[in-house]
Amino acid sequence: MSDTVNASPLARTIARIPWGFAARRLIAAIPTMLAIVTIAFFMMRAAPGNPYSTERRLTPEVEANLKASLGLDKPLFQQYLDYVGNVVQGDLGPSMRNKDKTVSELIGDGLPVSLTIGAFSITIAIFAGVGLGMVAAVRQNSPTDYSVMGLAMLGISIPTFVTGPMLSLIFGVWLGWVAAGGLDLGRMTFETLILPIITLALPQIAIISRLTRASMIEVLRSNYIRTARARGLPERKILLRHAAPAAILPVVSYLGPATVGIVTGSVVVERVFGLPGVGQSFIDGALTRDYPRVMGVVILYGGLIILFNLIADILYALLDPKVRYE
Amino acid sequence: MTMLAAPAENADLMNRATIKGRSLWDDARRRLLANRAAMTGAVVLGLLILIALFGPLFWPHEYKTLYRDRTAIGPTLEHLHILGTDIYGRDMVARLMMGLQVSLAVGAVATLVSLVIGVAWGAIAGFAGGRVDQVMMRLVDILYAMPFIFFVILVTIVFGRSIFLIFLAIGAVEWMTMARIVRGQTLALKQKEFVEAARAAGVKPLGIVLRHIVPNLLGPVVVYVTLTMPVVILQESFLSFIGLGVNEPLTSLGRLISDGQRELSSSPWLLFGPAALMVVTLLSLNFIGDGLRDALDPKER
Repeated sequence: MSDTVNASPLARTIARIPWGFAARRLIAAIPTMLAIVTIAFFMMRAAPGNPYSTERRLTPEVEANLKASLGLDKPLFQQYLDYVGNVVQGDLGPSMRNKDKTVSELIGDGLPVSLTIGAFSITIAIFAGVGLGMVAAVRQNSPTDYSVMGLAMLGISIPTFVTGPMLSLIFGVWLGWVAAGGLDLGRMTFETLILPIITLALPQIAIISRLTRASMIEVLRSNYIRTARARGLPERKILLRHAAPAAILPVVSYLGPATVGIVTGSVVVERVFGLPGVGQSFIDGALTRDYPRVMGVVILYGGLIILFNLIADILYALLDPKVRYE
Repeated sequence: MTMLAAPAENADLMNRATIKGRSLWDDARRRLLANRAAMTGAVVLGLLILIALFGPLFWPHEYKTLYRDRTAIGPTLEHLHILGTDIYGRDMVARLMMGLQVSLAVGAVATLVSLVIGVAWGAIAGFAGGRVDQVMMRLVDILYAMPFIFFVILVTIVFGRSIFLIFLAIGAVEWMTMARIVRGQTLALKQKEFVEAARAAGVKPLGIVLRHIVPNLLGPVVVYVTLTMPVVILQESFLSFIGLGVNEPLTSLGRLISDGQRELSSSPWLLFGPAALMVVTLLSLNFIGDGLRDALDPKER
C-alpha cells in the first residue's frame, strides 16, 4: 500500500489507532447504552396489565409465587437495578412466551443467520457502492454516470420489503434458481442466503455510491489532485492512491447509519425469506407481546449501532490525517 | 436588508438598476423548473395526492366492502376490478387508494411533527450557543445512536396501535437530522448584520429567533422536509409490514405489500399494485427533494 518500508502496513496502521480516543468514546457510550436499557425497562413496566395473567386465571397464591420467582414483588427501582445488573452480565431475563428458553438463548439462536447476512451484505455494499460511485465520478455527466445514478435513485426508492418479495418471486418462484424462502435451522447455504443478502445490500449500495460519487467529484477538483496530474503521475495511481482515500471518508462516516439500515432491513428480509434470525425473533416477540425478548433485541441492536459508530470514528481518524483527537 | 457598497460598485449597481434583480428564490425557481426529473416528480406526486383524496369518491367499490363470491380474482374488467381483489374479496383499486391516503398522511403529519421539533431544537441550540448548545447537541448525539424505529415499535406494542400514535411516534424520532442542519445554519446566521441590528434595536432573543432566524432557515429546511417525507413513509410501511402498523380494515401501502407478499405465488397482482405505487411515490418525492437541493444549493452542482 505505502512505499515506506520498515514495518508492515498493518503494523503501522495499528500503531496509528488513537487508543486514548477509542477508550474515551467507549466510556462515553456507557451512558447511551444505559439510556437504552432504562427506556426499554420502564417502557416494559409501563405496559398495561400483568402479562403473566393473560392466559389462565391464577389463584392469588400462585400469582404471588410467580411474581416472587420473577422478582416482580420487589420495589420497582430494585427491579430496575437487578435488570441492569443482569444485562451487564449478558442475562436478558426469561422469555415470557417461550418458557423453556431465556431471552439470551433465543437471541443466540438467531445470531448466526443474522450476522452472516448482515456481514456479507455490508461488505458487498461497501465494495460495490464505492466502486460504482468512483466510476460515476470519473466519468461525470457521461451515460455511465447517469445510469449509475439512475439505478442508485431506484435503489434508494425501492424499499427492502418490495425488492425482497420481488426477487423471491422472480428467482425463486418463477425461475426456480434459488430458494424462494425458508431455512432449516443450522443449514445456511448459498441457495438460501443469496437473495436475502442481495436484498439487504441493494439500498446500501445505492446510498454509498451516491456518497462516493459526490465526494469523489469534489476531491478530483482539489489542488493536490491537480498537482499530482501536473507531476505526470499515471491516472490510475492518481485515482487509487491519491483521490480514493480522501473520497471514501464520507462512506466511513456513513458506517454508523449503514448499520442502522442493515439492522432494520434484516428484520424485513428475515421475515420475507423466513429466516430464523434475530429480526424474526424480534417480530415474534413484538407480535406476542413478549416484552423481555423485545427489550433484549433492542438492547442488542443499540449496542451494535454504538459499536459500529465507534469503529467508524476510529477508521475516520486513521484515514483522515487532518483529524487530531489528542 | 440594505447593502453598503464601495462607491465604484455603487455606480455599477446604479447603471444596472433598470435590470430586474434576481433573488436567490427566483434563481432557485428557475433551476427547479428546468429540472425535468423534479418537475415530473412534482406532477406525479400531485396526481397521487388527487387520487388519494378524491379517488375514493368516484370509484364504485369501497375499500372495506367484502365480495365473498369474488375472492382473490386477478385483474379483470368484470365488475371493474381492474387490479383484482384480495383474498377477502375486497377491490384492490379501492384498497390501494386507501393505502395511499394513509401513507401520504403519515408522510405529511410525521414530517410536520419532526419539522416543528427539529427547527425549534436546532434554532434554540444554535442561537443560545455556549453550554446550552453543547448540552442540547450532545443529547442529539446520544439519541442518534439509538435504534429508534425499535422504540417506536415498543411504543406501539406497549400502548396499543392507534394511527395517531404512530404518526406522532415516527415524527418524534425523525427530528434529529433536522435539528443538526438548523443549528448549523443558525450558528452562521446569528453572526449576520441584520441579527446584530435587531439586537441593537432591542428585539428580545425569542423575537430574533422567530422573526429573523427561522425565516432565513427556509431553504435547507424545505429541502430536508421533502427528503424526510419518503423516510417517514418508509418507516410507517416498515411497521405495517411486520404487522405492527395501522389496523384493518384501514390499510397502508406497507400493509398491502405485506399482505400481497403472503400470496406471492398464487396471486402476484396483490403485490405488484402496492409495490409499484410505493416505488412511484418514493421516487417522485426523492426526485423533488434532490431537485430542490440542487436548486437552492448551487454549490452542490
